[in-house]
Amino acid sequence: MISAISVGIGILLLALALWTVVVRDTFAAVAGFIPYGLLLTLAWLVLRAVDVALTEAAIGAGLTGALLIRAASRLHPTEAAAQAETPGLGTRVVAGVAAAAVAVVIAVCLLRLPDPAPTLAPEVARHIEATGVGNPITAVLLSFRAIDTLLEAIVLLFGVVGVWSLAPDRCWGGRPGLAQAVGPNDILVYLARVLPPIGVVIGIYIFWAGADHPGGKFQGATVIAAMWLLVMMSGLRDAPPVNRRWLRVVLVLGPAVFIALGLLGAVMAGAFLAYPDGWAKLWIIVIEAALLPSLAVTLVLLMVGPPQRPEVSP
Amino acid sequence: MMTPALAGQSTPGGLLLALAVLLPFAGVLAGLAPGGRHAQRVAWVTVALGIGIVLEIAARLLVSGDSLRYALGGWAPPLGVMLRADGLSVCMMLVVAVVVGAVAVYANGDFGTPSGTREARAPLAFWLLLLAVWGALNLVFVSGDIFTLYVALELLTFAGVPLVSLDGRAETLQAALRYLLYALIGSMLYLLGVFLLYGAYGTLDIALLAGKIGPGPLAWTAVALMSAGMLAKTALFPLHLWLPPAHAGAPAAASALLSALVIKGSWFVVVRLWLDVFGGMVGGSVAQLLAGLGAMAILFGNVVALRQARLKLLIAYSTVAQIGYLFLLFPLVAHDEGARAVTGGLLQAISHASAKAAMFLAAGLIYSTLGHDRLADLRGAARALPMTLTAFALAGATLIGLPPSGGFLAKWLLMSAALASGQWWWALTMLLGGLLTSVYVFMVVVRAMEPAAPGWSPKKPVPRYQQLAVLGLATCSFLLGLAVLLPVDMAQIGRTVTTQAGMP
Amino acid sequence: MNVTQLFGITAAALVGLGVYGLIVNPQPLRKVLAFNLIGNGVFLACAVIAHRGAAAGMSGDPVPQALLITAIVVSFAASALAVGLMLRRFAQTGTNSLAAPDEAAPGEARTHAEAR
Repeated sequence: MISAISVGIGILLLALALWTVVVRDTFAAVAGFIPYGLLLTLAWLVLRAVDVALTEAAIGAGLTGALLIRAASRLHPTEAAAQAETPGLGTRVVAGVAAAAVAVVIAVCLLRLPDPAPTLAPEVARHIEATGVGNPITAVLLSFRAIDTLLEAIVLLFGVVGVWSLAPDRCWGGRPGLAQAVGPNDILVYLARVLPPIGVVIGIYIFWAGADHPGGKFQGATVIAAMWLLVMMSGLRDAPPVNRRWLRVVLVLGPAVFIALGLLGAVMAGAFLAYPDGWAKLWIIVIEAALLPSLAVTLVLLMVGPPQRPEVSP
Repeated sequence: MMTPALAGQSTPGGLLLALAVLLPFAGVLAGLAPGGRHAQRVAWVTVALGIGIVLEIAARLLVSGDSLRYALGGWAPPLGVMLRADGLSVCMMLVVAVVVGAVAVYANGDFGTPSGTREARAPLAFWLLLLAVWGALNLVFVSGDIFTLYVALELLTFAGVPLVSLDGRAETLQAALRYLLYALIGSMLYLLGVFLLYGAYGTLDIALLAGKIGPGPLAWTAVALMSAGMLAKTALFPLHLWLPPAHAGAPAAASALLSALVIKGSWFVVVRLWLDVFGGMVGGSVAQLLAGLGAMAILFGNVVALRQARLKLLIAYSTVAQIGYLFLLFPLVAHDEGARAVTGGLLQAISHASAKAAMFLAAGLIYSTLGHDRLADLRGAARALPMTLTAFALAGATLIGLPPSGGFLAKWLLMSAALASGQWWWALTMLLGGLLTSVYVFMVVVRAMEPAAPGWSPKKPVPRYQQLAVLGLATCSFLLGLAVLLPVDMAQIGRTVTTQAGMP
Repeated sequence: MNVTQLFGITAAALVGLGVYGLIVNPQPLRKVLAFNLIGNGVFLACAVIAHRGAAAGMSGDPVPQALLITAIVVSFAASALAVGLMLRRFAQTGTNSLAAPDEAAPGEARTHAEAR
C-alpha cells in the first residue's frame, strides 16, 4: 500500500509542474522549478533509487535550477515581449489534445508492464564480484557499461566546446562570465572562505564512498563544482581565462585517462575497457580519480558560460 | 534477425570498431588541450588514421562475409554493450570518412588559424566539431545497444548545433536554438522508447530485443515514440521547419557536414529500429504512412526550392526533399524484393551525402568569388570557377538521378522494388521528384554559365585545392552507380532475410 | 494502487504537461523548462521500471538506475547549451524570441563576417 507521503509527493509534483507551465511570469516559472526538483529527489528516495536521488539533487535540481535562474534574470528585459506573444485558443486546444493523448498512452504502457518484471539484477549480482566494487550501480557504470560513462564524459566535454564556441570573437581566450564586485565583508565572501575546504572534503568523500555505497564521481564532482562557483560568485577568485593550458589539460585529463586505460585493457585483458583479473577495483579508482577533477571543471564551465571579457595581455 | 547465441561473441578485428569511434574523440582531446594551430594538425592526422581504420574494417567485412562484432569490456549482452558492424554500417562509415576527408581539405582555406594569432575561436571550434561529428556518427553506425545509441545521438546533437551558429550572427543563433530544441525533444522521445523496451523485455541489446519483441501496446508505443523522435531529428516533413535556416546559415564547410552527414545519423537509427529491432512487426499501413510523409517531403521540398532567391537556401530545401527519398524504402522492405529496397535506400543515402556535401562546398566557393549567393546574379561564376560549376552539375545530376550516378542506381533499385510489389505510386513520386530537381539544377548551372558583366573580377581568389576537393567529391557521387558492378551486395552482408510483416 | 502505479501515472502526466508547455509557450526559456519537465517524466518512468526490477537482494534494478544517472547529466549539459545560445543571442540583439524573423531581406548588403 502506498503511504500518504507518496501521494503527497505525486500531487505536489504535478501541481508545481502545472504552475511552471501556465504561470505567465518567466522568473516565477523558473523559481517553481527548484522546489519541483527537490520533490523529485524525494520521489527517487521513495522509489529507493538513492544514487539517482543524489544525482538529481545535485545536478537536476541544483545545477539546472541555478542555470535556469541565472538565465531568467539575465533575460528579464525580454519579459514584456515574451508576454505579448500569447498563443491563440486553437494552439492551446491542439496542444491540450496532444498532451492528453501522449499522457494516456504512456500511462497505459506503464500500467501494463509485464509481471514478473524482467530485470538484470540477478545478472549483476552474479558478476559483481569480478568488478571489485560493492555498489551495483557503480559496477554497472564503470564495468559492465563503462562505455556509456566514457561517452557521457565526452558529451559533457562537447558541451563545453559548444558553449565556448558562442563567445564573441574579440573575447576569445578571455574569462567567462561577468566580473563580480562584492565587498570584502559580505556574507558571501565569508561563506566562500569557510565552506570550500569542507565542501571539497565532502565531495571527495562522496566520490570515494561511491565504490561501495551510494555516491560516486558525479555527485562528488558537483559538490566540488559548487564550491568553486561559490568562490567565483563571491569575487574571491576570478574565473580562469579559457586559453590557460592547465584548464585545458584538466578538462581533457579524465576522458583521456579513461580511454588510455581502456586501450591498456584491450592489451592486457583482451577487450577494450576490460580490467585485468584482481586489478579491477584499482583501475576503477584510477579512472574515477582522473574523472573527478575533469567533471568538476566541466560542470563549472558549463555553468559560467562562454568567455565574455577579453584577456588583456600584459 | 540474428540468433541470440551468435549475438554475444566478438569477432577478430572487432577492436577496430571501438577504435573507429574513439580515434576521433581522442583527436578532440588532443586538439583541445594544446589548442591553436595544433588542433588543425591533430585533425589532419586523425582524418588520415581514421580513413585507414574504416578501410581496414571494410576489408575485413568483405573477407569474412559476416558482420563484425565486439563485446566492450569483455561483457556480453544483456549485461554488457556490444558493437556490431554489418554491411549497412560499413557502407555508411565509408561515405562519412570520405566526406569528412574532403571537407577537411576544403576547410583549410576557410578555417585556417590566421597568422599572427595563437588561437582563434571559429577555427578551433570547427576542427574539434568536425572530429566530434565523425566519432558520433561512427558510434551511431556500430552501436548494438539502444541506450548507447541514445548517447551517440546526443553526441551528434552537441557536435552539430554549434556548427550552425559558428559565425555568431543573430539569425544563425536563432536557427541553432530551434535545431537544438527539436533535437532534444527527439532524443527524449527516443529515450522513453528505450526505457519502455527495457521495462518490457529486460534488455537493451538490439539482437536480443529482436528475438524477444512481439506485437503489443508497449512495443507499438515504443516504435511510435522512437520513430517520431528520429523524424524530428531527420527533419522529415512536417517536422522540417528547423532545417533550411540552420543548414543555409552555417558556413559552407559546416553546412556540408550537417546536410550530408549529421542528418543521416538519425535516419540510420530509424533503419536499425525498423529493420532489426522491430523486424517483422512494422509493415503495412504504418510503413505506408512513413513513406507518405517522405513523398510529401519530396514534392514540398522541391517545389519550395524552386522559389528560393538564394543558392544556399535552395540547396537546403533540396535536402528536405532528398530526405523524403530515404523513407520510401520502408514499405518496400517486407516484400520479396526487400533486399533490393534496402540497398537502394542505402545507396540513396550515400549518393546524397557525397553530392550534397559537394553542392554546399561549391556554393561556398561561389559565394567567395561573387561576394553573394543570390540566384538572380550568378553570372560569371562558371568562367571564374569552371571546376566548381562542373562539380555542382555532377552533384546535381546525382540528385536528379541521371546515369551512371549513385542517385540513378538508387532510384532504379527503389523503383523496381516498388513496381515488383505493386506499389507503383512510389515510383511515380520518385519520377516527379527527379523532374522537379532537374528544373532548379539546370537553372543554377545555366545562370552561372552566363558571361559576367564587363569589368567584373572575382572578389577573392579561390585556391585550387579547394576546387579539386569539391570536384573529387562530386565525381565520387557521380560514379557511384558503377557500384552495380561490384561482385557482392555489400549492403546485405550480415543481414538475414526479413520475414513477412505482421500486419497491424 | 501501489507505488509504481502511482508514480507511473505521475510520470505520464509530467510528460503530458511538458508537451503542452512545449507547444504553447513561444519563448525559448519556457520551452527549455518544458523540455526538462518531459525529461523528468521520462526519468520517473525509468525509476518506476527500476523499482519493479528489485531482485537478488537489491532494492531496484541497477541497470536502469545507472542509465538514469547518465541521462540526468546529459540533460543538464543540453540545458546549458540552450541557455548559452539564448544568452548570446540576447546579448547581440536584445531579443529572445523564436518567431521574430531575423533574416535580412534577400539582396541586402551583408557584412564580411557573414556565412560563406
